[in-house]
Amino acid sequence: MNAATPVVELKQITKRFPGIVANDSISLQLHKGEIHALLGENGAGKSTLMNIVFGLYQPDEGSIEVNGKPVVIDSPNKAIELGIGMVHQHFKLVEPFTVTENIILGMEPKKGFNIDYKSAAEQVTKLSEQYGLQVNPHAKIQDISVGMQQRVEIIKTLYRGADILIFDEPTAVLTPQEIAELMDIMKRLVSEGKSIILITHKLKEIMQISDTVTIIRRGKVIDTVKTSETTPSDLAEKMVGRNVTFKVDKKAPTIGETVLKVSDVVSKNKDGISVLSGLSFEVRAGEILGIAGVDGNGQSELIEAITGLRKIDKGSIMMLGKEISNLPPRKITEQGVSHIPEDRHKHGLILDFTVSENLVLETYYKPPYNKGGFLNAEAINNNAQKLIEQFDVRTPSIETKARSLSGGNQQKAIIAREIDKNPELLIAAQPTRGLDVGAIEFVQKQLIAQRDQGKAVLLISFELDEIMNVSDRIAVIYEGKIVGEVLPEETNDQELGLMMAGSKKRVGDDRG
Amino acid sequence: MNKVFKLSLVMVLAMSVILAGCGSKSSSSNKSGIKIGMVTDVGGVNDKSFNQSAWEALEALNKDKGINIKYLQSKSDSDYNPNLNKFVKDNYDLTWGIGFSLGDAVKQVATENPNSKLAIIDSVVDAPNVQSVTFAENEGSFLVGVVAGMMTKTNKVGFIGGAESPVIKRFEVGFKAGVAAVNPNAEVKITYAGAFDKPDIGKSLAATLYNDGADIVFPAAGSTGNGVFNEATSRNKQGGSKVWVIGVDKDQSLEFGDDVTLTSMVKRVDEAVKKVTQEVIDGTFQGGKTEVLGLKQNGVGLPDTSKKNVPADVLAKVEEYKQKIISGEIKVPAE
Amino acid sequence: MDKFRKIFTLDNYIVPVAAVIMGLFVGAIVMLVGGYDPILAYSSLFTQVFGDMYDFGEAIREMTPFILTGLAVAFAFRAGLFNIGADGQLLIGMTAATFVGIKFTGLPFYIHAPLAVIAGGLFGGLWAAIVGFLKAKRGINEVITSIMMNWVGFYGANYVVNHFLLVPGTQQSENIAPTASISIHFLTGIFGNARLHWGTLIALVAVVFFYVYLWKTKQGYEVRAVGLNPNAAGYAGINVGRNIIKTMFISGVFAGLAGAFQVLGVFQYQSVFASSPGYGFDGIAVALLGMNNPFGVLLAAILYGTLTYGSAGMSFGADVPPELVKIVIGAIIFFIAAQGIVRWVLGPFYGKRKKEKVL
Repeated sequence: MNAATPVVELKQITKRFPGIVANDSISLQLHKGEIHALLGENGAGKSTLMNIVFGLYQPDEGSIEVNGKPVVIDSPNKAIELGIGMVHQHFKLVEPFTVTENIILGMEPKKGFNIDYKSAAEQVTKLSEQYGLQVNPHAKIQDISVGMQQRVEIIKTLYRGADILIFDEPTAVLTPQEIAELMDIMKRLVSEGKSIILITHKLKEIMQISDTVTIIRRGKVIDTVKTSETTPSDLAEKMVGRNVTFKVDKKAPTIGETVLKVSDVVSKNKDGISVLSGLSFEVRAGEILGIAGVDGNGQSELIEAITGLRKIDKGSIMMLGKEISNLPPRKITEQGVSHIPEDRHKHGLILDFTVSENLVLETYYKPPYNKGGFLNAEAINNNAQKLIEQFDVRTPSIETKARSLSGGNQQKAIIAREIDKNPELLIAAQPTRGLDVGAIEFVQKQLIAQRDQGKAVLLISFELDEIMNVSDRIAVIYEGKIVGEVLPEETNDQELGLMMAGSKKRVGDDRG
Repeated sequence: MNKVFKLSLVMVLAMSVILAGCGSKSSSSNKSGIKIGMVTDVGGVNDKSFNQSAWEALEALNKDKGINIKYLQSKSDSDYNPNLNKFVKDNYDLTWGIGFSLGDAVKQVATENPNSKLAIIDSVVDAPNVQSVTFAENEGSFLVGVVAGMMTKTNKVGFIGGAESPVIKRFEVGFKAGVAAVNPNAEVKITYAGAFDKPDIGKSLAATLYNDGADIVFPAAGSTGNGVFNEATSRNKQGGSKVWVIGVDKDQSLEFGDDVTLTSMVKRVDEAVKKVTQEVIDGTFQGGKTEVLGLKQNGVGLPDTSKKNVPADVLAKVEEYKQKIISGEIKVPAE
Repeated sequence: MDKFRKIFTLDNYIVPVAAVIMGLFVGAIVMLVGGYDPILAYSSLFTQVFGDMYDFGEAIREMTPFILTGLAVAFAFRAGLFNIGADGQLLIGMTAATFVGIKFTGLPFYIHAPLAVIAGGLFGGLWAAIVGFLKAKRGINEVITSIMMNWVGFYGANYVVNHFLLVPGTQQSENIAPTASISIHFLTGIFGNARLHWGTLIALVAVVFFYVYLWKTKQGYEVRAVGLNPNAAGYAGINVGRNIIKTMFISGVFAGLAGAFQVLGVFQYQSVFASSPGYGFDGIAVALLGMNNPFGVLLAAILYGTLTYGSAGMSFGADVPPELVKIVIGAIIFFIAAQGIVRWVLGPFYGKRKKEKVL
């Protein structure tokens, strides 16, 4: 390995954006047949670096060598030409097209003037067999699962002749089973001679699969280590720059009366299909109920139903003994319901509003912010000042637009707003998605603090670790129904994963 | 390098834009101190109709007598006042308002500036310093109606008016009377475009009329009528049964060709403009009166080019009716 | 005050100003190639507007509807709505004002004139609110409905004038009662009979109202929230549909007032229109030029009015055909819309400054 020339070598890459240095003299070597993890918090500069490798950005300083030869990668096409492929976090697929059509898009094999689908499909099948990427070449993208779609993305890069694959946060959207399958695929790829750069902030995955880890913090390389010679806490410390505890500290819950009671809720979508089909559960004061499930099993619809954004057709939703179903959202909020939405950009914030404006998004109409129809700028600013200090929202000023905050700070702002309302029920949907270790810690601590103050917390998450660590009780949702309730100390990933996949049976035999 | 590129880009941009923006019809010379201004209605000076006739008359005077002339186009109704005022305040010897829609503006400006001299076409303005010129369009239209009535093969002819105003009504009524006089069986289809500056509407209305069996259409609708010529030309090119257009205001065969222009109801706006302007040059201008120009005064009529398409016997009939109208034997209705 | 300054940050106005200069520059090149003297032409343009009191007054008259239709379009933009229908709203407002001005006689001027103005604003607003209602309740794209409503408004206005208000044998309505007129007589005297009216003052008030309402009130907060992110606004309990209707109503009020003032202040009668006066569409350009900011709209309307009114001066003083003036205006709008080009041309200057800042 020492003698071998790296397949990709980055030398002293520096990239500046107005006001910040995104990459500060970063050097990195990727060897053939290696899985090289790139670890760092959000905003550490991982994506910038990979965009440089993939030709989307030009470095201000430094050089790139591929197979020992200096190259200039000035476009993604050039990167593809050099055998570099990227599997994006957000898939770039055409939904109504078939798997084959998506894979050959832009590089269609021609037969005269026509596209030669037959040979294309054959080639896709061949690739999928070679690397163990099972896909149906004739299925439409909109009909296949997320894990399947990711395989299509991988085959797409292989079809274009990639030898070096960059995976950008590939497990963010996958179920535990799908993650395990992806790990197998990645191993298969390297065994076939490919090399992989894996961008992630999930330590577990890094420990499981990578050969080498490069840790980046604030645009600088902190260290490059062999995975076999390091530990998760060591990595976390290097990534965050301080000691991080993984254990979520929480004392035993003091459970009170029922705050939210959802009974037999049925809600149909526009096509008349039930997205919630007789769903029931309750959340009590002083506990965190975690809802586990694979994305698309009715979680979003459930939250919409509770918060008044979706009409329900049957059943009841009681908040502290009061029926709240089908009330306007504001009426429900005023019953003491706070909500940290799943998609903070789409639902949680108005990105072009200032931080202070965002912090009164649900209270602007009440005194002291509303004084006879006019906004009270002083009260709004004082509120913002108070909350950013209290919740450590890092922003240049309260007049800064929410858009220019980092993901973690945006989430902190939302949490500040929602918790400051002193709710009886806090609904947190995917509250740590896309956040780095430090921010995750903060968010989870806030949820637990709410519970300790005797509030009811409803946590919806696709991250099993989070559900297991934070919840006091776990309900599993599958196809719009709660299919089982378990206690975190009495279950494991395996069992939850099977329940999430629709098997209602508790599989105690598999334990251990 | 980059700068050169940018500069040339700007140049190319400019050049491409020029094609659309060339050409000015304003001219002046200083042989005589007399200044004549003209304000168009929203049709603009290139309406191939009365605005253009009036301007061409002034251009001819500019050539012959060396007077200074200038026009201002009106983009909307609200421009009439300031445009007229522009000339009046600049002490023009005469300011023309072309078209009945300038009536109120001419009246107001004339009243506010009693020492100025103004003249208006197609409208009567009651002010001591305004000369009004109107035409007996019904008489001229009667004659083209005679032509249409005698020459239609389908016994169906069409009329397209710009908007329902007294002036256009005179066209319509005269035309109908002319057709009826020589061919009582012929049907005259009447439509209104609602606009004087919409050739596209003219074209679609003409298509409807021709499809309906009319073979001769008489538009009295300013530049809306251009669309009628367009439709007729394309129909004749595609073959099929021959269709005709009767031009209006000017001898439009000069503009659109003899293939489609049967004849034209010429309104001698140019004669009127020349006459009144000449009075100003001669110092004999008298405000406060209205001049009605009919067949007798040669203010309306058919152009000489008509003989290319209109057979001699029809022209003889036209001449016969003309004399009857002049003598008062026939009274052409006006509304 | 702090906000006020923020709205006028350097970056905000440098692009429109550069676009205007580039537009004038392109216009100058066109004139040069066409054989006209651009310096004479531009100076005639400004003399036309600022040369004497009459012209200055008339230029103000010309700017007024641009201010209001510009505000109408910009206001809707702030709520994420593209109000192409300002033209129809203007005509409906105008017709309502004319109707009140002619038919409600016997009222003292201090009731009659405000009543006619309010009728104009109200009907323009309601006309636009229909579009908002369809969008809010049925999700129908406001661009399509407002274009349709333009035609309905146009023919509706002509119908009302033709059947209820017409002076027989003409193409226009009767004159409004003198009590409904909002002409400022003492000023028309000073301005050489230029048609000045109170509407201009109301338009300026509307500019301030726009600013205060959007940035200082609770309702304006909602409108902006809906405009920037209707999803998040809905999550926060803001009634998105009601805000869309309300915004369209206010937008329509601006347009309706523009129409009312044209009759009550300028013409004193309403014509049967052969084609739409097009102020609503000019409003789109003005809003774009003013970057949807009320004070920007005011400046843009002044510029736009100066150019359109001054175009007669270019024809008169430098014999430049009015089509060319349209090219200049078109070029300015083009450069505003294609900000990329402006930024690209400005690029070298920008870059230099940014770098200096970083250092």
